[in-house]
Amino acid sequence: MTSASILLLIVFLTVLGLTVRPMGAWMAPLAEGRLGSGAFARFDNRLLRLLGVDGDAGMGWKQYTLALIVFNALGALLLYGMQRLQGGLPFNPQHLGAVSADSSFNTAVSFVANTNWQGYSGESTMSYLTQMMGLAVQNFLSAATGIAVAFALIRGFARRETADVGNFWADVTRITLYLLLPMSFVMALVLVSQGGLQNLSGYVSYTGFAGHAQSLAMGPVASQEAIKMIGTNGGGFFNANSAHPFENPTALTNFLQMLAIFIIPAGLCHVFGRLVKDTRQGWAILAVMTLIFVVCAIGVGVFEQQGNPLFGKLGIDQLASSLQAGGNMEGKEVRFGISASSLFAAVTTAASCGAVNAMHDSFTALGGMIPMWLMQLGEVIFGGVGSGLYGMLVLAVLAVFVAGLMVGRTPEYLGKKIEPYEMKMVALAILVTPTLVLLGTSVAVLMSAGQAGVANPGPHGFSEILYAFSSAANNNGSAFAGLSANTPFYNGMLATAMWFGRFAMIVPVMALAGGLAKKKILPTSSGTMPTHDALFVVLVIGTVLLVGALTYIPALALGPIVEHLGLWAGH
Amino acid sequence: MSRTTLPLFDPALTRPALVDSFRKLTPRAQVKNPVMFVVYAVSLVATALWIQALVGHGEAPAWLIGTIALWLWFTVLFANFAEALAEGRSKAQAESLKGLKKTSYAKKLSEPRYGAPFKMVGADELRKGDVVVVQANEVIPCDGEVIEGIASVDESAITGESAPVIRESGGDFSSVTGGTRVLSDWIVVRATVNPGETFIDRMIAMVEGAKRRKTPNEIALTILLVGLTLVFLLATVTLLPFSLYSVQVSHSGSPIGMTVLIALLVCLIPTTIGGLLSAIGVAGMSRLMGANVIATSGRAVEAAGDIDVLLLDKTGTITHGNRHASSFLSAPGVTEAALADAARLSSLADETPEGKSIVVLAHRLLTLEGKDSVPADATFVPFTAQSRMSGVNVGERHIRKGAADAIRRYVEAAGGEMPASVNAQVDQVATRGSTPLVVAEGSKVLGVVELKDVVKAGIREKFAQLRQMGIKTVMITGDNRLTAAAIAAEAGVDDFLAEATPETKLALIRQYQAEGRLVAMTGDGTNDAPALAQADVAVAMNSGTQAAKEAANMVDLDSSPTKLIQVVEIGKQMLMTRGALTTFSLANDVAKYFAIIPAAFAATYPQLEALNVMGLTSPASALLSAVIFNALIIVALIPLALKGVKYRALGAGALLRRNLLVYGLGGILLPFVGIKLIDMILTGMGLV
Repeated sequence: MTSASILLLIVFLTVLGLTVRPMGAWMAPLAEGRLGSGAFARFDNRLLRLLGVDGDAGMGWKQYTLALIVFNALGALLLYGMQRLQGGLPFNPQHLGAVSADSSFNTAVSFVANTNWQGYSGESTMSYLTQMMGLAVQNFLSAATGIAVAFALIRGFARRETADVGNFWADVTRITLYLLLPMSFVMALVLVSQGGLQNLSGYVSYTGFAGHAQSLAMGPVASQEAIKMIGTNGGGFFNANSAHPFENPTALTNFLQMLAIFIIPAGLCHVFGRLVKDTRQGWAILAVMTLIFVVCAIGVGVFEQQGNPLFGKLGIDQLASSLQAGGNMEGKEVRFGISASSLFAAVTTAASCGAVNAMHDSFTALGGMIPMWLMQLGEVIFGGVGSGLYGMLVLAVLAVFVAGLMVGRTPEYLGKKIEPYEMKMVALAILVTPTLVLLGTSVAVLMSAGQAGVANPGPHGFSEILYAFSSAANNNGSAFAGLSANTPFYNGMLATAMWFGRFAMIVPVMALAGGLAKKKILPTSSGTMPTHDALFVVLVIGTVLLVGALTYIPALALGPIVEHLGLWAGH
Repeated sequence: MSRTTLPLFDPALTRPALVDSFRKLTPRAQVKNPVMFVVYAVSLVATALWIQALVGHGEAPAWLIGTIALWLWFTVLFANFAEALAEGRSKAQAESLKGLKKTSYAKKLSEPRYGAPFKMVGADELRKGDVVVVQANEVIPCDGEVIEGIASVDESAITGESAPVIRESGGDFSSVTGGTRVLSDWIVVRATVNPGETFIDRMIAMVEGAKRRKTPNEIALTILLVGLTLVFLLATVTLLPFSLYSVQVSHSGSPIGMTVLIALLVCLIPTTIGGLLSAIGVAGMSRLMGANVIATSGRAVEAAGDIDVLLLDKTGTITHGNRHASSFLSAPGVTEAALADAARLSSLADETPEGKSIVVLAHRLLTLEGKDSVPADATFVPFTAQSRMSGVNVGERHIRKGAADAIRRYVEAAGGEMPASVNAQVDQVATRGSTPLVVAEGSKVLGVVELKDVVKAGIREKFAQLRQMGIKTVMITGDNRLTAAAIAAEAGVDDFLAEATPETKLALIRQYQAEGRLVAMTGDGTNDAPALAQADVAVAMNSGTQAAKEAANMVDLDSSPTKLIQVVEIGKQMLMTRGALTTFSLANDVAKYFAIIPAAFAATYPQLEALNVMGLTSPASALLSAVIFNALIIVALIPLALKGVKYRALGAGALLRRNLLVYGLGGILLPFVGIKLIDMILTGMGLV
């Protein structure tokens, strides 16, 4: 790794660190379900009443989950319809026709599940209306859904002896209005100021240097780009995603985009600490995420900077110098180079964002394995907005359970006893994504429809399929582009993985929230296992890595590891 | 009576356990343990594969499949053996209780009164409510309550205490246990339980593990283990399509075989903890039994580990039951020697421990060398509830000792008065937590004898340890606040309840529970029953009443008030053992991957040999070594499962750090060494 890469990482983490407290202070009242007083609260109450919702009426976990699933299913239906009918709808200067049924289905599920896996390419498929009213709206709502579930789980820990985990309608409304909209508004303005695009014009035709007629895609990009990062959605307006200069024009926007991905997941840790009335608990969780992230980010940087040994044999200079970034530049924007591309890759896969500013498929074997593994860990290293925290808390409960026994007490986390019911939900939650990823990949490699999409047969082709299912089931949405996934087979398979990866996970998490909220909070004593110290951080890291590693090592061995070993052995 | 130490691998126990290991090979027995059931199922598959290989259609050499199948069966058998051994040890302890059930007949009365006609019936025909008479040298046929009569009873069979105890109708000594023997006199007993439900029956059932139900924590752990097993099942099963695809695209090698997948699966699923889990539970009960405590449920043992608050009776637990004279405080104008001598004289005939201690103290002060001269003309005045004094009359000297107000009345009646300074001394003594005893001669008050509650040696350190473990100690006493506060401070308890009544005790427990704490207490009297029923862990003294025992969830056969502390330790130890072995089991998987993955794909992707960091000889030896290690580690850990991990009174943080280092880090490293060693042995023997 070059010193520039290290400096970038340090600056990134420092700036992120500075946002944690203010973000926590901003979001905590939302999580507590209070909005201060005065005009603000009155507006809030009136708005919710207009929607027929009593924002103060609590819901049990089942009611909350049902509302959530119905809400998201309706969102998916709407999005599907909009894509199918876009040809006859306004804001379509390019007169783009209906999107195919399987692609519409895949995309609808993808955006509702906060995955933003894109089998299509935006500029040649989606009308401005679909982008603005369909995809962007789901960007907001899927993000708000994730945060709402995290709030419900936090409340489960913070509340005692109640069935009430909050009100879904109030949560989603407030999160969207008071958190996501203002942040996105500011972010969009910043993007525009840096050269980001925001218009509704038709595509601009021009003659390129080579004398061919070309067209330059236009559109309301910045407004969608902002929530794409802030809501860890990752679905690009254009096919090139954040590598496109209109989506991500400058080094500053690149930095801000990375920051935007992590800002809510990091802040939510602090919200957790604040609500359980011990901010150290939140910092400990954040420390777990940060430590794993730093190691992975450095890993990607090191492997990418190392370059390709076969090029070395050909006498190609791959060393960083004042003239070049060095390393493996295949599939990377020269504007961003190794440092900003590898850090972006680590950020976007640690969080379940999936926006890319470089092609992960072209990374070195191990440089590409780390992003894949970050997803396979369950998107808990910062993770998606909300989903990262609730996924991590599930693993923390698991860590507490095993370690808690070792101090000679039946385990408890934050004063809540971890009993058979909780373990059942934890076990279910842990099973969801490995089942989807491993079974999905198995089906794909066994069927000719699955094998057909692979551009590079061999271990790398296997990695492409494994990456696709890891990305879909863990709701990341980034891709190893070598896989042609816009086929009925992959559209169907991956949509299934995305839907269940999202909602089959949310159900046990909500059940856990409901179970925890009903419990008493036991007082802590010196006999209670501390869950805010360095030892606990190590323990949770160990649990995350062990569960992640043990599940995926055999599969990874057959993909990137074998590819890496082969590459360095000169194949 | 000591049932504590059975040698771990006593041949008398191991032999039947070996037999049981095979007996437990039925699907019915195996399905109770999901993790081991998976091993059992794949062992069957491996055996089938072996037979297939024998007839010439094997996917691998028959000897390799056969050896792996054999070691998979060993894995199942070793787990069975661990459980059988733990149960065997428990049964051995239960045998000693069964001796109590020898009684075969009972004298059933037709009317519930002594002297009514009776007929001889079998003890097992007695029903709840039946009334029997038991006479000297007869065995009490059932658990019950004395409704008439008084007798001395030998309860040594249960308690190990050889001194007989008195059992009589009414009050706190009315409960009798079936199987104990009446030594003298007679009693009429009303049976309080049906046959098969007696206290001893339940004890035996519990100990034998016949009625052992999984505790909540055991269930939660099993759920986790099942979850992990499913994850690993997925990881291994999907390797088959992955491998098929790899072979297809790399055009080399052959797909992974069933035998390898089976070996990988068994090595990865948490067999170590899965195999030892039930042994740990049985052994926990057994250790409790070793401490002469019988729990009515495993749940109670587990709860003991969680206790936050210990309610301890002052007398007997924190202090010795008796008070000791500690100083003579003479009134103005009286020498200490005069007071001491008067006190000595008045106590010579006093057989109470307090009286004796006064004599001893006086001797030390007056340096009287054993010549306990009882004056010839001495007449002793015994203590009565009316006078509330005792004393001696030696000629004209009328010496009395007693509580301050009793003596005041005595001297005032004789025309004297209580000096103000003596009143002050009385108050001071009480403030110190001691009992003041005033001595007077005729109308003159001589001074005060301070009777001190003696705090047991070492109890303060014990409480400090408990505090470190996060357990709060609360002293319960009938004393007034001042006295209680002084003793509480001296003993180092965290809190105290003075002037305790059954109601205030119950209220205190409820208050702690409302704060979310788990409370443990001991009790023996009928009036303790509500509090015992309310407490999360309630230990009844075996000498206590039937009501107390029914309300409690444990019974201490030794009737030792400090047993509660030991119970908590045993509960914690059991949970720690479970956690430690789970951690160890999971940590083991890392090394197993490094052994099996390169071996499994050696044919398809030879470059994966780079992962063979242990340098194992061949794919076959790598597979075998991992499977053998996986089986042997269960045997190696049986002693740990049965004895429990070493218990230390440390704070949670320190305990966790220690156990994580030993069982977590150790669990990662040990199999690397172990698998390599087995590989070297296999290679050395030329087997692979």
